[in-house]
Parts: sequence; C-alpha cells; structure tokens
Amino acid sequence: MSPEIFSLLFESLGETLYMVAVSMICASILGIPLGILLVVTEKGEILACPAINKPLAFIINMIRSIPFIILMVAIIPFTRFLVHTSIGTTAAIVPLTIAAIPYIARMVETSIREIPSGLIEAAESMGATPMQIIRKVLLPEALPSILESLTVVIVSLVGASAMAGTIGGGGLGDLAIRYGYQRFQADVMIATIIVLVIVVQLIQFIGNYLSRKADKR
Amino acid sequence: MIELKHVSKSYTAGVDALKDINLTINDGEIFGIIGQSGAGKSTLIRCINMLERPTSGEVIINGKDMTKLSTSELRAERRHIGMIFQHFNLLSSRTVYENIAFPLELYGTPKEEQKKKITDILELVGLTEYKDKYPSQLSGGQKQRVGIARAIVSDPDILLSDEATSALDPETVKSILNLLKDINRKLHITIIMITHQMEVIKSIADRVAIIEHGHIIEQSSVLDLFTSPKTETARNFIGSVSSNTLPEGLKNYHIHDERENADDHIMMRLSFRGDVANEPIIAKLARDYNLEVSILYGTVDFIQGVSFGKLIIDVSGSDSNITAAFNHLHSLPIESEVLGYVSGNI
Repeated sequence: MSPEIFSLLFESLGETLYMVAVSMICASILGIPLGILLVVTEKGEILACPAINKPLAFIINMIRSIPFIILMVAIIPFTRFLVHTSIGTTAAIVPLTIAAIPYIARMVETSIREIPSGLIEAAESMGATPMQIIRKVLLPEALPSILESLTVVIVSLVGASAMAGTIGGGGLGDLAIRYGYQRFQADVMIATIIVLVIVVQLIQFIGNYLSRKADKR
Repeated sequence: MIELKHVSKSYTAGVDALKDINLTINDGEIFGIIGQSGAGKSTLIRCINMLERPTSGEVIINGKDMTKLSTSELRAERRHIGMIFQHFNLLSSRTVYENIAFPLELYGTPKEEQKKKITDILELVGLTEYKDKYPSQLSGGQKQRVGIARAIVSDPDILLSDEATSALDPETVKSILNLLKDINRKLHITIIMITHQMEVIKSIADRVAIIEHGHIIEQSSVLDLFTSPKTETARNFIGSVSSNTLPEGLKNYHIHDERENADDHIMMRLSFRGDVANEPIIAKLARDYNLEVSILYGTVDFIQGVSFGKLIIDVSGSDSNITAAFNHLHSLPIESEVLGYVSGNI
C-alpha cells in the first residue's frame, strides 16, 4: 500500500470520526430530551400530555421508517439551508443527525421505561416536581442503560456514515467504495475494513466500560 | 389528626376500589389497616397522600383537605408525610447516604444541615457504617432501614407504610417493627400501616381497621379485635397469628354437633383478657355449680402489655347446673362458645 493511500486512509478515518462525533453530539442534545418527553408525556405519567406525545411518537416513527440513503438525498434542501452546502463532510452531518435523533429518542425511552415505577412514586410521595424527578430519578437511574444505547447508536452512525460518499461526504466507507471497489484495490478495501473493525471495537469497549462504571444495580 | 370522610375511589373501568371509607386516625398512634390483596388497602393508603386521588370524599390532614390542594400546595404538604414501600424503592444509583439526602435535596436543605440530619438518622436506624454502600450491597432489612431513614429525615408528622415488611424474612420483620415503634415513640410520628400480616398489627398497632372489597368492615383497638372479633374476616386474620381452629390433638375426641347421650360432655372455648384472667373462673364452675371441668388446651398471649387467653375445656354435670353456669359465664366479660359434644368416656 502506497504512502498516499496510507495518508488517504488517515484522512478518511478523520472524516468518519468527525461526522460521527458531531452528528452524535447534536443528535444526543436533541434526542435525549425527546426520549424523556416520549416517556413523561404519556398517559398516566408525570407530565401526561397526549397532545405532545402522540404527534411526537408519530414523527419519530416516520423518520425512522425512511432508509438513510433516501433520507440523505430527500433532505438536501434542508441541509443546504442549514449549512449552506449540500455536498461534503459537513453536509453529511445534517442527515446523520436527523437519522440519529429518533433512534436515540426511542433508545432513551426504552431505557427510562426500565426504571421501576415505584421509584417515581417514591419521589412523588416526597413532593418532587416533574423536573426533579427527571433530573434526579429518571436520568441517573437510566444512565447505565442510556450509555449502552448510545454506544449502539454510535456504531450505527459509523455504518451510516459509509453512505455519506453519495453526497461527497468522504470517510472510510467512501474510501472503500472508490478505491477498494471501483478501482479494484483490494488492499485498500481490506485496510479500510480493518480500521472500521478496530474503530467499532474501541467504541463498544469504551461504551461498555462507562456503562458498567455507572451501573450500581 | 387524619380524617377520611366518605372517601370513594373508582377507576374508569367501573371498578370500585374504595367505597365510602370513614376513618379517624389520632396524632401519635400506630394505625393498622389490614386486608387481603385486592381489598383496596394500597389504594386507601395512596389516597392519604394523593398518589391516588379519591373520586369523592375528603381527606383532612391537620385541618387541610388534601383533595382540594393545588399541585404545588400538595407537594409542600407531602413533605410532612413520609412513605415507605414493600420494595423499598431506593435509587440504585445513589449510596445509602445519598438516598437519605434525596428528599432534603428536593427541598433545598443546605448541605451542612443535610449532613447533620443524615448523620443523626443513620445513627437512629443503625446504618452509620453502611453510608457509602449502594442499595444492591444491602440486605432487605437494611434496604428498608434506608427507606425508613429517607422517609423520616425531613421530620414528617406522618409515616405511611405500604406493606413495608411483606418482602422481609420473619426475623427482619421483627427488627423493622421495633424500629417503627421506636420512631413512633421517640419522634411522635403517626404511623399508618397497611399490611396483610396480622403479626404486624399485633406487634405494634394501637388500632386497626379491616378492609374488604373496598369497605372498612371492622374497626377497633387491636386488643378488642383479638378478644372479640365481630366479622368472619377478622376471625380469619386472627387465626393466622393465634390459632382459632382446634388443636390437632383435640380432633381425636370425635366432637359432634348434637348431644347424643345424656352423659355427653360439653367442649367449649373461653376467650378472656387481662382484667378477668385473674378471676378463678374454672374453680368457680367446679365449686359453685358442681361441674367437672378439665382443661384440654390453653394459650395466653400479650397485646400491648395486656394478656389475653383462650381455654378449651371439657365440662360435665347436671343439666340445670350447666345452664346456671352458662348464665354466669355470659354475665362475665369473656367470650364463651360451645364447640360441640364429646362422649362421656374420654
């Protein structure tokens, strides 16, 4: 493998990590509160409000039902509006974020639902406000499970970012397609796969470690 | 004082969980509510702190009708009502110390004051050396102690106990009940406890209400309940701690309901409590009514320091003497019941 390919590999790895990291951060900032909202606005919960819950659940399902590669091109006008370009690595972050938000929201929802309802009841019996219950009961208690879920989402984003090549986003997936597949450079293909495997293993390892550390159950 | 007036609760499905509940619970007492699962006791205790809102009726605590409070007023009021649970409901992500600190954090108590209060409470519940452990590292009894500490750290007037001992082994139940009694005495906290275990009521409650199908069917002091239960349900509950059924051995006597021979003996049960236990009842039956009395079985138990007992005796004598003796027994404050007849040659 030539030194150019080697530097390309590094560059692509950087692009992948950049896309995944930024979209993950943005998606978490929006997705985690939405996940909480999905739980607490449901009927019988601490902030029951079907007027929010039902449309929210619908929109989340709708986005989740669109395959990523289609979502990516379908929202090009929105991407252009947001980052003033529809091609390149930064442009790829927008669809990645959009795709990850509902994913994270559902995962967080599931994590929070695992909390025994007695804990919420106990906090209510002490006079906790809904916000206090969210901050002091739901989030800390669901943290180990949320960390596990976020790890899954990050790994999925690494996968999804491989499709970013479609809109010129670059990254490892794009490298593998252009050099490994279209130019028949099997060594590039293999190198890319090895790097991807290492990246995913590392993410999973760190995620598991953090989740275990947070888990006092 | 806690007053429940005509409290009813029905769920949308048309199920009546509570029907016209009237209760008055005095300050500083331990009030037990006993019932089978599904009788409505969980709903009842949750109606006191509005975790469940009654469909109708009033819940008056220290002069305030809880059903009429706004959400924020209710939250403020709940600070004076601690609650403990069957499954403890501790936060798994917090240490013992942090769990006890939880209500204080909610109320914005300064850290220094928190520390002082928690240190005192840890001492009281005997968990000082466990303060940095997580709930998963504790036994059931220790978890419930944390639950109790958390419930009383904010100096409530009332403690609601929702089957707090049901998930514990018998030895631990005793120690938790002693702790509750201690808290009741030392801190003058009114305790309302629901349970399905008569043992719990018998050990620490002052008064008791029996709930069945959403109704309070009997309400009295615990001593009265044990010595003169009025309903079948009450008798069944009592039977669970002080056996009301005949001891196995007595079944060999072939008890029959009707008198078959003239010389049949009468087998009867006498239930009495402290104040009459000193009277020489048996001696009197033998001496004044010329009856032959033999004691087949007897138990004496203590509730709140008062003894109460049961005797099963075998009586024989002339019909007129027996009738006279029975009249005498009925004039005494004891419960007597004819269990049946046994043939004379036992």
